[in-house]
Amino acid sequence: MSLAPDLAAAAPELFLACAAIALLMLGVFRGDGAGRPIMRLSVLALIVALLLVVFPMGGEGIFFNSLFIKDVFGNFMKGLVLVGSGLTILMGWRYVERERMDRPELPVLLLFATVGMLLMISANDLISLYVGLELQSLALYVAAAIRRDSLRASEAGLKYFVLGALSSGMLLYGLSLVYGFAGTTGFTDLAAAFARDAAAGTPVSLGLIVGLVFVAAGIAFKISAVPFHMWTPDVYEGAPTAITAFFAVAPKVAAMALFVRVLMGPFGDLVGQWQQIVVFISIASMALGAFAAIAQSNVKRLMAYSSIGNVGYALVGLASGTEAGIRGVTIYMAIYLVMTVGTFACILAMRINERGVESIDDLRGLSKTHPMMAAALAIFMFSLAGIPPLAGFFGKLYVFLAAIQAGLYGLAVIGVLTSVVGAYYYLRIVKLMYFDEPTEVLDRPIGREVGLVMGVSALAILLFFVMPSLVVDGASAAALSLFAG
Amino acid sequence: MSSWPLLSLVTFLPLVGAVFILAIRGEQAVVSRNARYVALWTSLITFALSLFIWFGFKPGTADFQFVEKADWIKSFGISYHMGVDGISMPFVLLSTLLTPLCVLASWKMEKRVKEYMIAFLVLETLMVGTFCALDFVAFYMFFEGVLIPMFLIIGVWGGPRRVYSAFKFFLFTLAGSVLMLLAILAIYFAGGTTDIPTLISQGHLDPQLQIWLWLAFFASFAVKIPMWPVHTWLPDAHVEAPTAGSVILAGVLLKMGGYGFLRFSLPMLPEATHFFAPLVFTLSVVAIIYTSLVALVQKDMKKLIAYSSVAHMGFVTVGIFTITQQGLAGAVFQMLSHGIVSAALFLVVGVVYDRLHTREIERYGGLANSMPRYSLVFMVFMLASVGLPGTSGFVGEFLVIVGAFQVNTWVALLTASGMVLGATYMLWLYRKTIFGALTKPDLKAMADLELREKLVFAPLIALAIFFGVYPKPLLDIMGPSVDHLIQNYQLALEAGHLPSLAMLLH
Repeated sequence: MSLAPDLAAAAPELFLACAAIALLMLGVFRGDGAGRPIMRLSVLALIVALLLVVFPMGGEGIFFNSLFIKDVFGNFMKGLVLVGSGLTILMGWRYVERERMDRPELPVLLLFATVGMLLMISANDLISLYVGLELQSLALYVAAAIRRDSLRASEAGLKYFVLGALSSGMLLYGLSLVYGFAGTTGFTDLAAAFARDAAAGTPVSLGLIVGLVFVAAGIAFKISAVPFHMWTPDVYEGAPTAITAFFAVAPKVAAMALFVRVLMGPFGDLVGQWQQIVVFISIASMALGAFAAIAQSNVKRLMAYSSIGNVGYALVGLASGTEAGIRGVTIYMAIYLVMTVGTFACILAMRINERGVESIDDLRGLSKTHPMMAAALAIFMFSLAGIPPLAGFFGKLYVFLAAIQAGLYGLAVIGVLTSVVGAYYYLRIVKLMYFDEPTEVLDRPIGREVGLVMGVSALAILLFFVMPSLVVDGASAAALSLFAG
Repeated sequence: MSSWPLLSLVTFLPLVGAVFILAIRGEQAVVSRNARYVALWTSLITFALSLFIWFGFKPGTADFQFVEKADWIKSFGISYHMGVDGISMPFVLLSTLLTPLCVLASWKMEKRVKEYMIAFLVLETLMVGTFCALDFVAFYMFFEGVLIPMFLIIGVWGGPRRVYSAFKFFLFTLAGSVLMLLAILAIYFAGGTTDIPTLISQGHLDPQLQIWLWLAFFASFAVKIPMWPVHTWLPDAHVEAPTAGSVILAGVLLKMGGYGFLRFSLPMLPEATHFFAPLVFTLSVVAIIYTSLVALVQKDMKKLIAYSSVAHMGFVTVGIFTITQQGLAGAVFQMLSHGIVSAALFLVVGVVYDRLHTREIERYGGLANSMPRYSLVFMVFMLASVGLPGTSGFVGEFLVIVGAFQVNTWVALLTASGMVLGATYMLWLYRKTIFGALTKPDLKAMADLELREKLVFAPLIALAIFFGVYPKPLLDIMGPSVDHLIQNYQLALEAGHLPSLAMLLH
């Protein structure tokens, strides 16, 4: 049997992994001074990987003895992950240099994490799922603690590691239970077995449900859904801002894609069993994200709660368990990615006298001192609040559309009402920027990259309504591919 | 002109102006001056274009005119569909008329002029779009998008409690609207489309579903109009907003609620409308009497007019839910008249506020001596607000009461009492500020209306009196649409099963 089709299918992952190893070598031989070229090359590697995803070699299907799946959904999500990784590395680098964290291993670690994310998205087996997830997590644990001399960052890294290890343990326990009761680890075989049981009317065994709950809990940890969210605010706040920006974007998208893949793929016929779990964590995330954020004064903590809430909205789509729902999740994550990248670009630009500041009060009167940045941040805030005609509105529209279609009226009503509560704290930032007088003036944003990312994402959010079909059609095709097989 | 996408032009032209203003660079004073002129000219040209809609509109048909349609989100069948009928067309003109007047009225504003003018032009686009959109999703986008510029207008250029008021305005309206969004989605699945004319003509939804949908729409429109007891955001927003902000708020934004009832609740949910009409009557009558009494004890001029707005909009909701020819026509007429008169009253308050920087009624008195022209203008609008025959206020309120008498005598009687109370507080306000001895020295020195202010008031006075004496052009335009609405409603009621309370508890 020829290995070529398998290798061609995994071309982006393989390329990225090889690139990461090569860059690691370069770093080893060139020493600490090689930070900037390695960063540049790693962004280039991500761009090449993105091209490999967009223009794939070989067709779709299942590869590597059905460990690896390549489909439209995977490609769409991989595209998002690569864009997210690339943008956050690019815009964060100046910050990294200013904070003297520009060691060559940082971009390499982030590349390895990205490889892990791509593997997660393409996992077609419980084993490859776990390997991908761990590759991502281990690289990120180190990245969170990359500032060894900072107490806060070390604490964040340690916290992330301990809680992440716990969640991995839960996930592994769940996986072993599923294997024990179903007798296989392959997604295709699992799906076939469950479909057979469902057709025969055999009741689902209790052990399998326990396994499913543990798997769901493990993944909920990774997407920071309530009640497994506790690590998020601390890690977001403690980690260096550039790393936080990375955490907030690509890993969230990848973990959400994995959640969708696992629940809709092998466990697709057990929708009755997992739907109530997803409904619950969705409601809990939306509510906690909205209410807990009100009291925050640190902008990174605020974004942590915001991301918890946003995960809740995305889960509304998953809870419906339909094609429309998956389309909703996909659109939501795409828009979430742009909004979050843009917001973190603004947060990276928050510096006073050469020092990064994180209190939302430092944004006071920003509209007078930095009108363009204030306008961009206002666009992101209104979009996160879901106000039309900005893109965030469309994200919410599609997930609630799916929820209504699936008859989940209660979930939809709670969802929209928490979005009103959430609007309050997003508006608070707009209020600080526009209604208040400036106290201290922020420095000019460092480097063109931050401004560029900020401007492009603001325009994308603002003008999304002109051509929503660009994203919507791609997401529709992605969702369809999950249901075709 | 028929081949031109006239509605899109009128809708999006202000946006072009806003982009121009955004591009202005240079010295502060020059930027401000250019921003003012660009805003004025853009809004004037927009108004001139909208006159083509007025003159090109064919009365005598209930069909949508100037229709434009293009694919937008094809996979969901959501299209960019614009069009006006006899009910929405006058509101388009109201919006395009008030915007240049607002620009002119805030000519002397010095604080962040560039952003201010951009906000107003964006607001105009969204207002016109709301009345033109014939697709639910597009409608919702315009309807809801209005919140952003209005929030900024109140919050940045408002009075001392602007932050509180801006948040209250935003969150109240948003809370109502998100429920409407869910109702829109539910209608999409029940009816298979978001196209408003299709949904209206294909009609029948399950009555039990209608009840829930009606409540969701009501949550949005009742806050917007606003109805008692969710009106509390309005006095705050009005008092804190800058003069022009109040003008748009009272003149156009409140009308979106009434328009929503006419466009969605009545034609799409007829059984539920029938079922809930008594509730609306009750709330409206309470609003009319309660807020009129509240207006009587106000110390702030703007607050008094804000409460009077709630009372006047109570007339509108009574008129709409009578579902009679007179009631509906009266409600639309009342909305338009209120759009002119209350907008003008806020401008009237703005004139003295600009000079003395206070709106406290106690601080004024005897202005008739020092500002005779101003007093005359104030009198015209005060009387129009009271509903004196010969002014536009009379026509609307009279028709509403005639309509109400056909449905329920008590409702009509209590509604009519609002006219008496209205006269009480408006005359009291007028006597306190205009008549009496001119004792305060700073009032003696106050200058009368200048040319710019006269230009602002002239069209409003002309319209208030013209439509009071000769309401026929407006009534002719809205007539067929109103008839059509009533016919459909009655057909639906004859065919359908009326929902009952028992059904709701099922």
